[in-house]
Amino acid sequence: MEIPYTVEPRPDTGLYNAKLGIWLFLASEVMLFGALFSSYVLLRVGATTWPHGYEHLNIPLATVNTVVLITSSVTMVMSWASLAMKNIRRYRLYMGATIALACVFLVIKGFEYAAKFEHGLYPSASTFMAIYFTLTGLHGLHIVGGVIVNSYLLGPGSRMWKTDPARFTNRVEVAGLYWHFVDLVWIFLFPVLYLL
Amino acid sequence: MSLKAFHLLFVAASVILAFGFGAWGIDAYASRGEGGSLVLGILSILFGSALVVYGIRVRTKLKGWGAA
Repeated sequence: MEIPYTVEPRPDTGLYNAKLGIWLFLASEVMLFGALFSSYVLLRVGATTWPHGYEHLNIPLATVNTVVLITSSVTMVMSWASLAMKNIRRYRLYMGATIALACVFLVIKGFEYAAKFEHGLYPSASTFMAIYFTLTGLHGLHIVGGVIVNSYLLGPGSRMWKTDPARFTNRVEVAGLYWHFVDLVWIFLFPVLYLL
Repeated sequence: MSLKAFHLLFVAASVILAFGFGAWGIDAYASRGEGGSLVLGILSILFGSALVVYGIRVRTKLKGWGAA
């Protein structure tokens, strides 16, 4: 028996299954990051002194990482658009670029963490460093998750293009929605942690 | 919401960040004399302007795509 609404939208929700599923998942993610952002605000408001992020964190590296993530969102949309235009070669190019940019982000983040550890700045050093490592660490794990999913869609998962291209295009769109959410979280994290 | 709509929302948020960061960089230079922040701020404003142009182009190019 074939599963309904994997390609065409369900009449009552107006969404196909995977898109409804990813939005429900992203709603839970909003709650997760929302709780951590709330913790940050409460900790900061309740503290007698709070360091400015720019005094302890590397702004140029974080700026480069922001540009890297924004660019990766562009390449992600391009990969989906390439599939919609039935161009699998361009899809591979753009999806490969998205994964490469995500890896660049993680490497830069690794350098940033290493510099902090060299200076003895561990999560236990202060409340600020604790919330910094918690928020950026959780965000980094989401980037790793995105790399795994996108690599599957670039590699073995792309076999579906031959059997069911419309469904595969939808899968890439759903992965793109997740990727944009992760990038949007960084758009909030960067000013909150580094600039304020 | 489709990927196209979410992408445009993301670009809008990125533009706000870029101009906000630009203002922060200029303020950091004015109040603390950080030349590096001024350079980053100016580059950020330029990047934000490029994103505005990109957003308008994407909106026009992908018109009618992914309504749901």
